[in-house]
Amino acid sequence: MRWRDAWLPLLVFALLALAPFIGFGQGHVLTLLARAMIFGMAAISLSLLVGGAGLVSLGHAAMIGVGAYAVVVLDHARVADALVVVPVAVLAAALFALLTGAVALRTSGVHFIMITLAFGQMAFFTTSSLALYGGDDGYTLYNRMEVAGSRFLEGRLAFHFTCLALLALTWLLVQSLLDSRFGRVLRAAQQNELRAQAVGFAPYRYRLVAYVIAGAIGGLAGVLLSQAAEFVAPAYLSWQRSGDLLFMVILGGLAGPHGALVGALAIVLIEEWLAHLTEHWRMIFGPLLILCVFFLRGGLVGVLRR
Amino acid sequence: MSALLELRGLSKRFGGLAVTQDVSLTLAQGEVHALIGPNGAGKTTLIHQVSGTLAPDSGQVLFLGEDVTRLGLAARARRGLARSFQITCLLPGFSALENVALAVQARSGSSFRFIRPARGEAALNAQAMAALEEMGLAARAHLPASALSHGEKRQLELAIALAMEPRVLLLDEPLAGTGPEEAERLIRLLSALKQRYGILLIEHDMPAVFALADRISVLAQGAVIASGPPDAIRADAKVRAAYLGDDE
Repeated sequence: MRWRDAWLPLLVFALLALAPFIGFGQGHVLTLLARAMIFGMAAISLSLLVGGAGLVSLGHAAMIGVGAYAVVVLDHARVADALVVVPVAVLAAALFALLTGAVALRTSGVHFIMITLAFGQMAFFTTSSLALYGGDDGYTLYNRMEVAGSRFLEGRLAFHFTCLALLALTWLLVQSLLDSRFGRVLRAAQQNELRAQAVGFAPYRYRLVAYVIAGAIGGLAGVLLSQAAEFVAPAYLSWQRSGDLLFMVILGGLAGPHGALVGALAIVLIEEWLAHLTEHWRMIFGPLLILCVFFLRGGLVGVLRR
Repeated sequence: MSALLELRGLSKRFGGLAVTQDVSLTLAQGEVHALIGPNGAGKTTLIHQVSGTLAPDSGQVLFLGEDVTRLGLAARARRGLARSFQITCLLPGFSALENVALAVQARSGSSFRFIRPARGEAALNAQAMAALEEMGLAARAHLPASALSHGEKRQLELAIALAMEPRVLLLDEPLAGTGPEEAERLIRLLSALKQRYGILLIEHDMPAVFALADRISVLAQGAVIASGPPDAIRADAKVRAAYLGDDE
């Protein structure tokens, strides 16, 4: 890992760690920051696919949804200890990614976008029809998970630092993956698939593994999102949500996971800020995004690097 | 002398056009076998079938005695069949060194390693550097491949192929687009390599072909119309009519 990839995330993590103690400790602010950090995790996992492997998925929200609905299913069965819930949710999302990825990765380009969208929509409509778990109305969780019998996640600061720790770990993991032998093959196949094959790499297996890892991290983000909101609804899996994630990744910059991190924080916070200014905030937000795409070629992190 | 590579009756049609017609040839260790022929004779299509980019309609490709006809490009590359491309095929965003290191990585253990930075693997870098040195590119190792001159890119392609430690090199117009000085340099490099591999060479530069080849096969309309040592080919009337005559 090189310093130029690391300084910005480390600065962001430090600011997030300080936030509760420098005037951002109120409940609603911490809720907002938790949401930003959770989308940060999901966006970083998506950036492994989009930036690292060149796989533009428009179904990543489904991974979050599978993780969140795993929490719901277990909660309904009165299982609410993180030591069980987290592994089950992560494995469920990984399995969903394995099955859908195995098919989707047979295609590329626009077809890949469409097939990931289709799988995402299938998952969305499936959750909408789960009457047992509230269907369209969603499912309310009355408590956060226990961790080995302890209720420490109920504590505001404890939850804040749990999200922060997982966010930092996610960033570290994805950055390491991209720098590793595995990541080198992924990046090579993205730049020039024929070249990767000509030296002996069949990219499919590497891409599938990346897809499963990204799905697993998405599932973990889904667990955290369910805990932050204490509520799970099919909207978590909507294709608009997948689009938002994709936008976070692209706005932040495709050069590495730090781009997705910055993009996710920026979008969640700007959205909130604009929504405070006016109820017609989308009228401002839309054009703002268009301007960013036009003028920020390397994304937000590209500007910081100049 | 047993063949490293043997083609048996390869045929390929694109619609009504027969681009490869019953082509059989062999390549031995230490031999340069050149394929020549006018544009559109099917040389590159044949290389695609040998390397695994394109499946033949019928016939067989035997590599080191194994039937590899059904294997793809990556699987053949892992067995030691390296190819270079007519149109430069590199990783533009990777440094020259990393372009080569990827090829070393492909034959040095699993690439399902997830944590340790690949850029820091001294064994990969040392072997990659050796291949770059052999091709005279050591000084350019840390530049992005996109920043190299055209001739240097051709050298880098060869360095990648060497780093694969192949048994056979398939070279599709390695001199394409190079100036006379660069071409001369590449010919010197290639003749130094020929003992170590079997080389199947496609090249338009006739002086280069006659300088390097031990055997020449002439393709016209997808079929081999003549095959033999350079002197015999030079004297062959059919070849003169089909191809060499163009120059005189």
